[in-house]
Parts: sequence; structure tokens; C-alpha cells
Amino acid sequence: MNDATLIRKNLFRKRLRAILLMVSILVAFLIFGVLGALQNAFTAGTGTAAQERLVTVNRINFTVALPYAYWGRIQQVEGVRNAAPASWFGGYYQEPQNFVQSFAVDPETYLEAYPNEIVLPPEERAAWLEGRTCAIVGRALATQYGWSTGDRIPLMSNIWQNTDGSQAWELDICGVFDDTEGTYPTNYLMLHYEYFNESLAFGRDSFHWITINTTDPALNDQVSQEIDALFANSSAETSTTTEAAFNEAFMEQFGNIGLILTWVIGAAFATILMIVGTTMVMAVNERTREIAVLKTLGFTAPRIFRMVLWESLLLSFLGGLIGLGLASLAAAAASGALAGFLPSFGLSLTNVVTALVLMAALGIVTGLLPAYNAMQVRISEALGKI
Amino acid sequence: MTDASALYQLKGLSKRYTRGKETVAIFDGLDMTISQGDFIAIMGPSGSGKTTLLNLLGGIDKPSSGEVVFEGQRIDNLSQGRLAKWRAKNAGFIFQFYNLMPTLSAAQNVELPLLLTSLSGKARKERVKTALDIVGMVDRAGHRPGQLSGGQQQRVAIARAIVADPKVLLADEPTGDLDRTTADEILQTLQLLNKELGKTIIMVTHDPEAASYAARELHLNKGRFEEKGKA
Repeated sequence: MNDATLIRKNLFRKRLRAILLMVSILVAFLIFGVLGALQNAFTAGTGTAAQERLVTVNRINFTVALPYAYWGRIQQVEGVRNAAPASWFGGYYQEPQNFVQSFAVDPETYLEAYPNEIVLPPEERAAWLEGRTCAIVGRALATQYGWSTGDRIPLMSNIWQNTDGSQAWELDICGVFDDTEGTYPTNYLMLHYEYFNESLAFGRDSFHWITINTTDPALNDQVSQEIDALFANSSAETSTTTEAAFNEAFMEQFGNIGLILTWVIGAAFATILMIVGTTMVMAVNERTREIAVLKTLGFTAPRIFRMVLWESLLLSFLGGLIGLGLASLAAAAASGALAGFLPSFGLSLTNVVTALVLMAALGIVTGLLPAYNAMQVRISEALGKI
Repeated sequence: MTDASALYQLKGLSKRYTRGKETVAIFDGLDMTISQGDFIAIMGPSGSGKTTLLNLLGGIDKPSSGEVVFEGQRIDNLSQGRLAKWRAKNAGFIFQFYNLMPTLSAAQNVELPLLLTSLSGKARKERVKTALDIVGMVDRAGHRPGQLSGGQQQRVAIARAIVADPKVLLADEPTGDLDRTTADEILQTLQLLNKELGKTIIMVTHDPEAASYAARELHLNKGRFEEKGKA
């Protein structure tokens, strides 16, 4: 037996109370973990976006199209090295719930815009550039649906209609791309803009955004201003920002995830803090006589302080680690289903470290008062008589 | 002057409490000497200060003035931390209501004072077994207090008090919660500890029969001792 035995026995002396407290802490950390995983997924794009790339969209928002002619005019702006137009396809495979992140792009300029993000074997690259119905898919997406080069798939759109009256586009998978560093998502598909545009029943000759590489990143501000000035006072004014800013704005359409996360977690932790703190104070008060006996036997006040604090920390870490573990399992289970839409859904090392710090803080904050009270117990008062 | 052979010397001991605006003196200028190996029963009416005296002897409370000298060294001026260490090393406590930890087994309760020593786990286990053996509770080592009778719990409490081999046992009404037969068994155990192991025992009691097991009876009345000699 040692102090740890006493701490454990004291914590579980009322098993139901200890379990309920642990469950309340568990729930807080489960929420923390799942929301953290969600935030990771939403902010993944901003993390990998190159600062030197610019994106031009309609000033209203990116879902409002820009005329096709803008592409040529933007290419003429001084300082623009490459301009790659793209349209949101809104694809799904077989069933609407099988979401496929897919874009209609100009292959040549798009490959030039993303040399590190899209790496294809030379023969597959050539095949994509040549084949009108060719599409390329990222490794993660190909794995998810079991696609490989040579497959022919019908890709449905939940936005567009084909001239044949259907919402399906027949695509030949001509290549499966990777990225150079393993850090960029490969959960999307790209088809030829021309093939897409020609077969559209409506909304032809337009695109949703254009990715721009400048000749020198130092020119970015100037190029942005020039592009937006070029289309000022037109029916489709533009807004040109860095790709990172564009991605952030894209994610903000779902709400300020960071703020939501902070409020939800803050509310959960404030509640837990009060519940656990009050219960710990009561639990230690119930043991005043036992604490007095320990002091009589020769246990010093600082030792008793430490024992109560460790008890609170043990409770916090037990509940917290189980909660975080469940969040990790939930994230792993959900990541498969969400791979097409949120490829980075999962706990990061930062989440885990933050959670551990929170567990320690929760344990200390809820344990300080009862530990202090225990330390201050006066033997003669607590026992009445020895 | 200090008596080198004395275990305790109380010199001009005073203890006063403040109740509202009133100051109440429990005793004032108390002198007393307790020798090594004594078995003293302290009796007296309620409120005479028996328990307060035991608290002072056990380093649980501090006098308002005067000195508590233990083996030639004052303990009344020690810090709380040093007093705790002094108690762990020198004093064993036996309570009226046993005060065992309900979540621990009998053996674990007895082992508690040994957690304050540098003994190895194996040595602690041996000591616990010996202490339980002395009080006849080895076969109940794994039982929790709730599974033991009052007399059995008090035996475990005595084992806890002696396990660290303290120089003095301080017992406050150790049989106050027990029936006569069980009380006699407990008192015989204390007597055995005094006679066979030479433990100094200071026992507070209301019960004249319990006091009769002691070698000396001291009656505390109005802050003064009246000693009754024994044959």
C-alpha cells in the first residue's frame, strides 16, 4: 500500500458518484475531441494553401459565376504567369450521400497552378490532357470508391443538368494523382472544363473561380488590385485574394467554427468545473474526520494537500482520457464516411496536448479548494476528542 | 530542571480558551511527570480537561503557556510539520470510536503509520502481521471495518497504534463504546502491552473499572491532579 492506494480508494469510495463525475468529464472531452477534429477538417485547406497563389471570384460570393471571357483578360494582366479557371461540379457517385468533391478545370493551366499538389505519371498526365472525357482522381478518393485508371464511371451532379436531360457525366479515369509531400488532400476529382461546358443544359461559358500564379509573389497585392479594377462597375465585379484567405472565407460560410468551438467547449468546461468542484469539496468535507485521523497519525498537511489534489487530477485524467479516446474512435469511424467532404477529420497532436493541459487544469482547479480545506483541518476540532 | 529519566514533564502548563468575550482556563500551572513504562489512567468529571491534556501530550494541541517536555526536549514549541513527524515517531493513538478508514482492510489500516517510515513493503507487511498477531486479529486482516465488531475494530486500532513501535500510547476512552466483556479484553490487551512490551500508556476514562487496569490513577479536578495510589 502507498499514497496512491489511498488516493484511489478515496476516489472510488462512493463508486456511483465517482463514475457520474467521470462521465461528466468524459462528455466534456468527447465534445472537445469531436469538435477539435471537425475544426481540423475545416481548417485543413487553409493550412496547405499556398500564400503565393491568388484566387479571383465573383465579388458577391464564390457561388456566383464569372463570365468565361474574364479568363483571357486576367491572363493579360501584367504579373500574371498562369491563370487556371474552375467550376464547382457538385458531384456524387451512384447515391447522393456518396459525395465526390469534383471540379471542372482547364487541365493544362490547373496542373501548372498546382505542381506539388497534383503529381501524375507522365503517361497519365498526357492521357488527361488529350482525352476530352478523361478525369483524374486523387489517391484517397480512388481508394474510397475502388476506382483505378481505365475505369469508366458515371458522375452525377446535384447542380448541373446535361443536355441529354440527365444529371450524369460519363467519365474515363485516366489517372490517379498523388501529392509530392503527402500533406495535401487527394480526395477530389477533376474533369475537363470543355467537356463539362459543352454538355451543360444551362449556365454555359462561365466559371466559379480562377487560380492565379504571379511572376513574383511580391506583385500579389498589385495584381489583385489590377484584376479587381479591371472588372469594377461591371455586372460581375471580382474579388481577388490569396488562396489562403479564399479558403478561410469558404469555410466561414459554415459559420465561425473556431468561435463555435470555443463557446461550446467553454460552456461544457464551465459546467463541469462547477459540478466537479462542488462535488469534490463535498466529498472531502465528508472525510474531515478521516483526514484528522491521518494528521493525528503523523501525515503532514502538505502531504494531505497533495493527496487530495492527486485525487482530483486522477478523476480529471480518467474521465478526460476516456473521453478523448472515445472522440478519437468516433473521429476514426466518421472519417471514412466523411472522407469525400472532410478529408482531415481527426484529432491532431495539438488537440491531444491541449486536452492533456485542460485535464491537468481541470484537476488542479477543482482540487485546489478541497485540498486546501483538507490541509487546514484542525485535529482537535474535527475529532472533538482524540 | 529536567528529569532525564522522565518520558514526559509538564511544567506550569496552562490552557485557556476564548468563548466570545470570556476566557476560560482549563488548567493553570499544571505540573506533572510521567516515567517510561507508566500506565496512567486520567479520570475526572466532564470538562475537567482530560482530553485537552491528552491533546497536549500527543502534540495535537499547544498550551497557552508552560512547557511539554518529551525525553528532555520541548515539543510545545515545534512547528505543525515537525509535530506531525514527532507524532508519527513517538505516539500511538487509540480513539473511543476506533476511527479506522472504512475503505481500507484491517491490515491496510494498521499499515497506515508505516507509510510515514522508510520501511520496505515487505518489512511493513511483517510488522503489520506482528501487530495484528499481538491483538489477535491476524485472521481478520483482510476484513474491512464494516465487517468487524466494535471490539474487533478497537483491536485493529490498537494494532495501528503500536505498529510503528511508538514510545507512548495515548488512549481516549478506549472502552467507552464497548460492552463490559469486550472492554475487559481490550484493557487486558493494553495491560499486556504495558507489562510485556514496556509501552507507556496514558488513558483517559470515565470508567473506574477501566482505570483499575492502570498502575496509576490521576484525578483531574478544577485544573489540579489528585493522585490515587495503587497497591
